Amino acid sequence: MSNDTIDVAAIRRDFPILAQTQDDKRLVFLDSAASSQHPQQVLDAMNDVYLNSYANVHRGVYQLAERATSAYENARKSVARFIGAPSANEVIFTKNATEAINLVAQAWGRANLGPGDAVVLTLMEHHANIVPWQMMAAEIGFEIRWIEVTDDGQLDLSNLDQLLDGAKVLAFTAMSNVLGTVNPVERLTAAAKAAGAITVVDACQSVPHFPTNVVEMGADFVAFSGHKMLGPSGIGVLWGRMEMLDAMPPFLGGGGMIVNVTRDGFSADAVPGKFEAGTPPIVEAVGLGAAVEYLENIGMEAVRKHEVELTAYTMRTLTERLGDDLILLGPSEPAARGGVFSLAFADVHAHDVSQVLDEHAVCIRPGHHCAKPLMKRFDMNATARASVYIYNDTDDIDALADALVAARDFFAL
Amino acid sequence: MAGLEDLYREIILDHYRSPRNKGELETPPAHRTEGFNPLCGDEIVVYVDTDDDGNVNDIKIGGQGCSISQSSASMMSAAVKGKSVEEARQITSAFKRLMSIHETSVGGDGSEAEADDLEIDPDIKLGDLEALQGVVKFPTRIKCATLAWNTLNQAFDEIDEA
Ligand SMILES: Cc1ncc(COP(=O)(O)O)c(C=O)c1O
Repeated sequence: MSNDTIDVAAIRRDFPILAQTQDDKRLVFLDSAASSQHPQQVLDAMNDVYLNSYANVHRGVYQLAERATSAYENARKSVARFIGAPSANEVIFTKNATEAINLVAQAWGRANLGPGDAVVLTLMEHHANIVPWQMMAAEIGFEIRWIEVTDDGQLDLSNLDQLLDGAKVLAFTAMSNVLGTVNPVERLTAAAKAAGAITVVDACQSVPHFPTNVVEMGADFVAFSGHKMLGPSGIGVLWGRMEMLDAMPPFLGGGGMIVNVTRDGFSADAVPGKFEAGTPPIVEAVGLGAAVEYLENIGMEAVRKHEVELTAYTMRTLTERLGDDLILLGPSEPAARGGVFSLAFADVHAHDVSQVLDEHAVCIRPGHHCAKPLMKRFDMNATARASVYIYNDTDDIDALADALVAARDFFAL
Repeated sequence: MAGLEDLYREIILDHYRSPRNKGELETPPAHRTEGFNPLCGDEIVVYVDTDDDGNVNDIKIGGQGCSISQSSASMMSAAVKGKSVEEARQITSAFKRLMSIHETSVGGDGSEAEADDLEIDPDIKLGDLEALQGVVKFPTRIKCATLAWNTLNQAFDEIDEA
C-alpha cells in the first residue's frame, strides 16, 4: 500500500494501546517525540523470537541459535536498507542514540582529539549530543564551539565557516526535539567536510519521520533510537562510514568483540562485532527490524506528507483557538519543521498545563526536553511539548486544543 | 482517579498568584542557595537570613516554577519566617511526612532520608500547608512540592558548615 497518503484509521487498528480510554475519554497520545507506541506487528515479531527462536546470538551451533542469529542479522539488514547504508555491517546496534553518540565521542574522540582542538555543536542539541562531548573535553582539553539559534528557531549559520575553521568535529541534530526545526543536513556536512571536520548527526527525530539516506546526508556518523520509530526501548543504532569504523578503536570491551584474547592482550573483531561487546539486545533488534518494515510498508514519503499536513492543521488550530495566549516555539512554516510543538502560556507553567491535559486524557510532555542550553536561549524553564506520528489525526489535535483552552481557563490569572 | 480540585486547592492558587516573600536578600548577611528539579528544569533560589541565636530573621524566594512548587515555596516562607532554625527543620520534616516521604519510602526524591532523622514535635502545625496534601495522589508532582523545602534544608546545612 505504498502510495502517498496514509490511512490513519487503519494504522490505529494496528496499535492496541491506542484503543484504550482514560476516564471514558479517547486516549490522545501526543508524546511520540519522547517515545512512540508499537504496532501489533512489532509485538508479534518479538514474541515470535521468544516463543520459537530464542537463544544467544553468534555463539551456539544448534538450530535455535542459528535462527536467533539470523533474525538478529536480518534486523541489521532491514535497518541498513531503511537508511540507505551501503553495507549492513556499517549498522551497529547500541542501547540507544545516547550510547551511539558516546561511542563516537569516546572511541573516535580519544583516538583523534587533542588539546587545542575544537568540536562544534549547536545550541539546539539534546543533552545526548552535548554531555558526551563535554565529558571528553574535560578529559582531553579541547574547545567546544556553539552554532547559535535565531529567534524563529533556525540555526544561525552566518558565521559557520569561522566556527568550523580548525574544527575536528561538527555534531548536530537533524531535527530539533524542542523546536521541530529541520536542519539543512547536507549543507552542514558539506561545510564541515570542506573545513576538514568529521560530522556526527543526531538523527533521533528525523529517521522516524523522514525518508533517510545516510549517503546523501554526507555524514560520517548517524545516531538514532529504536523506541522513537515504533520499535522497543533498549535498541539504538550507530551508522558510520566503514572507513571510519574500521580505523577506530573499540568502545566497550568484552565477549563478542574479539578475535583473540591472550594473557597479553586482545585483538578486536571486525566491524560491527568490534562495537557490540557482550550479549546484544537480541529481541529488541528484531523488534526494530519489524518496525522498520512496518514503516517501509507505509512509505516514508507518505509519513512525512501526513506529518506536514497535520503540522499545518495543528498550527492553524492552535492559533484559531488560543491566539496570542499561546506561544509556539520554532519555525512558522510547516514544511520547515517536524511534528513537534513546544507550547507555552505566559502565565501557566508547563507542569500545570500537562496536569490539566491529563484530565482530558491528552498525553504531552512538560519540561526542558533535555535541551537546557536551548531553553535558556529562549529564556524558558519548561514548555509543554506535543508531538505527532503516523497514528495521530485531526481529532487528536482538536482534543489538544480543547484541553489547552481548559487549562488556560482553569488558571486564568 | 483524583481530580484537579484535589491538587489545585484555592489556597494553592492564591499563593501562586500572589506569592509571599518573593524577592532577594543581600548576601551576606543572608545566605543564598539554589535548588533544581532536573526533571522539569524548575529552579528555585532561597535566601535566608539567620541571626546568632539561630532564628530565621528573614527569607525570600526567587526562581521560576509551576503552581505547586511556587505555592509550596510561598507557604514555606510564611511558615518558617520568624521561627528558629530548629523549628523550621521540624516543619520541613513534618511537611515531608505529609508528602508521604519517609525513610523507608521509595519513589521519593532521593534526599528524603534526613527527613525522618528528627523526632517531629507533635505540636507542629502545618496549617495552610495541609492544602498541599492532594499532591500525594500525583506522584510526579511531589518533587515540585518538596523542591523549596529541600533547598531550604540545604541552605541550613550550608550555614551550619560555614
Ligand atoms: C534529538 C534527540 N537526541 C537524542 C535523544 C536521546 O535518545 P535516547 O534517550 O533514546 O538515547 C533524543 C530523545 O530523547 C532526542 O530527541
